[in-house]
Parts: sequence; C-alpha cells; structure tokens
Amino acid sequence: MDSLLHVTTVLSVVLLAMVLISVRRAHIRVEYSVSWLLAAVAMLLLSLSRPVLDAITRWTGVPDTPLTLFLMAGTVFLVMFFRFSVILSHLRDDNVALAQRVAMLEYRVRSFEQE
Amino acid sequence: MKPASATDALLVIVPALNEEGAIAEVVSQIRRHVPGVPVLVIDDCSADGTIAVARAAGADVLPLAHHLGLGGCVQAGYKLAFELGFQYVIRVDGDGQHDAADIPAILERLKSTGCEMVIGSRFVEKNGSSAGMVRGLGIRFFRMVLRPILGKPVHDPTSGFVGVNRRALEVFSRSFPLEYPEIEALVVLQRRRFRFEEVPVKMRPRMAGRSSITAGKSLYYIVHVLLGVFVNILKYDGRPRPGSGG
Repeated sequence: MDSLLHVTTVLSVVLLAMVLISVRRAHIRVEYSVSWLLAAVAMLLLSLSRPVLDAITRWTGVPDTPLTLFLMAGTVFLVMFFRFSVILSHLRDDNVALAQRVAMLEYRVRSFEQE
Repeated sequence: MKPASATDALLVIVPALNEEGAIAEVVSQIRRHVPGVPVLVIDDCSADGTIAVARAAGADVLPLAHHLGLGGCVQAGYKLAFELGFQYVIRVDGDGQHDAADIPAILERLKSTGCEMVIGSRFVEKNGSSAGMVRGLGIRFFRMVLRPILGKPVHDPTSGFVGVNRRALEVFSRSFPLEYPEIEALVVLQRRRFRFEEVPVKMRPRMAGRSSITAGKSLYYIVHVLLGVFVNILKYDGRPRPGSGG
C-alpha cells in the first residue's frame, strides 16, 4: 500500500510540474490548466494522507484502500474528460459557425467586387 | 447572386466535395430545367478543380475555408439563402444522382401545400430507382424507426434531394446536423411540428467520384444517425448556442 502511495505522490508531482511548465510556455491556457492542477493537488494530498484515505475507505465501504485511491483518481479523470468533451463540442460548433461566416463574408466581398 | 426580392424566390444549392467530374453537368442541367434560378455550389474544401468548373458552368460558389462535412456545408448554403431573403431552397447533390427535371415538381409541392419540407423520394412510386442492398436495408430500418416519431411514414428518409421553405430555412440556419443530416433534419422539423411531403423522383448512379459512405462506414452511419435521432428527441432548446450544430 505504501509503495502505491509513493508512486501516486511521484505521479502527482510530475503531473503538477508538467501542467505548470505547459502553462508557463503557453502550451495550455490557464483556464484549461485549472482542472489538471486541482486533480494533481487532490491526488498529491490523498497520497500524503493515509489516515484520510483509510477513513474514506471505511466510510464508503470499499473493501480495499488502494481501490479507494484508484476509484477516486478514476472518477476525477472521468469528470475531467467529460468536461473537455463539452469544451471540444463548444469549440467545434464555434469553429463551424466561424468557417460558415467567413465563407459568406468572402462570398459577399467577391460579389461587391464584381459589381 | 443578388438578395432575393420576389416573394417566391428560389435558390438551388449544390453541396460538393471533389466533384470536378460531375459538377459542370449538374449545374448545366439545373440551369436548363429551372432557367433564371440562381445556383449556389457550396464547396466543402475540394482538392480538385470543383470551384473553377462550377463557376465556369455558371454557378455562384460559396467556398468553405475548411472541410465541414455535409451538414455544415448544406447549412452554410441555408444560412446564406436565409440572409439573402430566399423563400425556397432546393438541395441537389453535386454528384449528379439527382435529376434536375424533378426540381419544378418539388417547388410546386412546396408552394401548393405550404409544408415546410418536400423530399424527393425514390420509393413513393416504383420508378426503377434502387439504393443498393446495404443502403436499402438501412433505409428500411430508418423507415421503421422514424414512423412512430414522425407520425407518418417516410419512404426515402436518406434522400438528399430536398426542398425547404423559409420557415424551415430559418430553423436550419440555426440548428442543423453536421454529419449525415437528412434523417436528423426530419426530427428537427418534427420538434417544431413542421410538415413534410414526398414527391416521386428518379435517381441515377453518380456521374463521377465515390460516395463518402463506404460499406465500412455503414455501421458507423447507422449508430451515429440513430443516436442523433434520439438526442434530437430529447434535446432541450432553452439556451441555444450560436452556430450550434443541431
């Protein structure tokens, strides 16, 4: 169990560092980094606080503490993936609307030029 | 193409992707059968000479900046037609499968019935048109699915040979399925209690090029459209986003 927590701690720190570096280099926008930062910090805190994890395991009735950690991490990332699907759908709609608008404006400019 | 002023102004739109081999004949046939009616080819970012050939044939061309798929392509035409004030729009595919000789019948039905959409159907009367085995099975399947949803039978739900009036144009300008739009568009109209009719048309094999729906994509097509139909039934219209893809 302890080794699993150590691995989780390391992975959380790596994720945190990756996100911060990406934000600094403008590879990821700040508003989209918040979810990742929160997820990384949550995983870090959980991996460093075994008593909290044990309490959650007892409270939820999950048979095993590592399973609790796995389920929580899985839930966090599922929610994040869903959030990004929503964002992608918005972007796709905006992108289509923009491409159509550009085409229509180009069409009208061309029509004016021909008159 | 100038903004429409007549109260019965018709625009024929032709979505096209890499239809260099067929588009000139398609445009010429439309101009021959409905002379004086503007023809708008919406080019979905073709890699060949579709735009130049269409212009040379006498069509106006709306070239999209990047590939949007059939639904986004058709919706761009609907948006422009709506902004320019057209009362009726008839869509003819750029591959030459639709016979422009049927356009007057579709327009006449739109005007005489006042219904929002008229579908050119291969199967409302037996006229020798066929859809191929796989597509035929898909059409039968979607007929069964759509019958209770639409409250009346639709014989050719996958037909892209479709005419709409200004009320449908307004709805489709705001909300139109981006991929495989024909079947979902019927459900979009049904949500507004709009009416549709079918007129018999003949369809031909493609003049050139290849269909985007290959045998391998058929299953994806069925799942995608089925999901789209049910999502459209359940859809909440409270806060539509601009440019929402339907």
